[in-house]
Amino acid sequence: MSEQSGPLLTIRGLRTRFHTYEGVVNAVDGLDIEVFRGETLGLVGESGCGKSVTALSILRLLPCPPAEIQGQILFDGTNLLDLDREGIRNIRGGDISMIFQEPMTSLNPVLTIGEQISETLRRHKDMTRREAWRRCVEMLQLVQIPGPKSRSREYPHKLSGGMRQRAMIAMALSCNPKLLLADEPTTALDVTIQAQIMTLMARLKEEFEASIVLITHDLGIIAEMASRVVVMYAGKMVEEAPVKELFKDPRHPYTQGLLGSIPVIGRKFDGGQRLQEIPGIVPNPLEMPLGCRFNPRCPRTMPICHQQEPPVVRLADHRRVSCWLEANKRDD
Amino acid sequence: MTETTQATDTRTQGRSADRRMGRFWSKLKRNKAAMLGGLLLLLYIVTALLAPVLYPGNPSAPNLMKSLEPPSLKEPLGTDELGRSILGRIIYGSRVSLLIALGAVSVGLLLGVPLGLVSGYYGGKSDFMIQRVTDTMLAFPGFLLALALVAVLGVGLKNAMISVGIGMIPLYIRLVRGCVLSVREEVYVEAAKAVGTRDRVILFRHILPNVMVPITVQTSLMMGMAILFAAGLGFLGIGVQPPTPEWGTMLGSGRAYIFNAPHVATFPGIAIFLAVLSFNLLGDGLRDALDPRFKL
Repeated sequence: MSEQSGPLLTIRGLRTRFHTYEGVVNAVDGLDIEVFRGETLGLVGESGCGKSVTALSILRLLPCPPAEIQGQILFDGTNLLDLDREGIRNIRGGDISMIFQEPMTSLNPVLTIGEQISETLRRHKDMTRREAWRRCVEMLQLVQIPGPKSRSREYPHKLSGGMRQRAMIAMALSCNPKLLLADEPTTALDVTIQAQIMTLMARLKEEFEASIVLITHDLGIIAEMASRVVVMYAGKMVEEAPVKELFKDPRHPYTQGLLGSIPVIGRKFDGGQRLQEIPGIVPNPLEMPLGCRFNPRCPRTMPICHQQEPPVVRLADHRRVSCWLEANKRDD
Repeated sequence: MTETTQATDTRTQGRSADRRMGRFWSKLKRNKAAMLGGLLLLLYIVTALLAPVLYPGNPSAPNLMKSLEPPSLKEPLGTDELGRSILGRIIYGSRVSLLIALGAVSVGLLLGVPLGLVSGYYGGKSDFMIQRVTDTMLAFPGFLLALALVAVLGVGLKNAMISVGIGMIPLYIRLVRGCVLSVREEVYVEAAKAVGTRDRVILFRHILPNVMVPITVQTSLMMGMAILFAAGLGFLGIGVQPPTPEWGTMLGSGRAYIFNAPHVATFPGIAIFLAVLSFNLLGDGLRDALDPRFKL
């Protein structure tokens, strides 16, 4: 049906805007991303940089208006933005699933775990009630929930946060999606559970041969899970690189700042040196700075940074950077 | 270590559903006023169901020889101007009153809840239209609206039910819309959308059960209001028509004898008062005992 080569998901010139009373907010402003089959793409950035909006735009879960989505989102060759309501609904939960940040609130308190998972199954697969139920118990077993049979008859309030996130993962994977959008899946969980959930996701990804877009601001998780990373800042991609290269040799000053601000246990500090930080705050989305959006916080600004937006420069190893430093290097 | 914690979890959590229900009951039981309301209501329901047993005679058959007798051993609540037993008429009247309350609230529920759901969930044009109609209806005092509707529809039991019920529709719409507006923004609704659930399913399976608590409480209070309105219509002589025994009608006809035979108007009045009180006390108790998050 679909060509096996080529990316599973291609986002071209994605522009998601919100029309508010104060003005137009460009949450995502011209984003180009490719997600290949079987890979885990990390999407990193500060709060408000457009990571979540990107995921919500892919599934068209943003109410329009006030949102306005432009560009192309090609999934297996079909532009998701061209589909009608029923078409996108068939994609949601079927071919593309999403896991949310808040496991405590993302399950409906008045429906049992089993009802919620089997409802999804019956929506997308031609299954009888009994088949769906059996599959649901299988899925719960797969995500290592103890006593899946009795658990499926229980309401979400009886499960802990980690268990609920497992149940959400079971629900998301129940229909064998090709792509899983994980929007900060472990942010609300404690560290031990985080590790368990990430291991589980990595294992299930192999088992289901799915691709994952992992949205997070935790670079530790990225280092462990992702094969490629896209760093976003203020609605734009600033750097894209394979994960090893990114950590070894970050090119964009923002990425360098992000990596520099991670505390490392055992790192020697000479003479009370403080942990590096990126000065300033994310720009107001209504008043984006002229030129490069990072220029008010960048330690290496040049005059041109204040005048013109930097071009996207392609480097070796499938890397892309959007910075004047790299662009100038190239011209030399 | 994880295993032990999980084992404890399973044991404690297994009982928590029963406990939640138990907590609701113990909370309701501790509320003396609510229990009083509940008992009163139960008494009314039993009376309505067993009316022919409790009063074997015909409550509408006149006996002019016994006109306006005061309460006695034979006639505990006396007789009215046509010599009919007031006790018997109150007993049979409970059937009519409860029936009107049930019918009117059903009209309000069946039309108000779906409209409120649609209005709150979809928003936009449909919301605007529904809300403007609601505004218009709410601009009338509730009883005046019922009065006007009876004027259009005509008198009688069925029309009284419908007119009182229609007056309740905007109240339900407002309540449900408000609740839906908050539930609609919950992550689990977005999560349901993210797995491709259709709007209709989201509305009735995911959202409606989450707004049932306020609807239940409101319904209990509305029942009391419906009885009061129906009695009001009866009092004005445009509700249930004689000779059917109805509390409001009895009160209306007893008004003429208030000085020489006060019992004729007093006892139906007490019946109305206690019925409305029972629903209100129960409603308040339910509100306190049900999930505190949904306090109105």
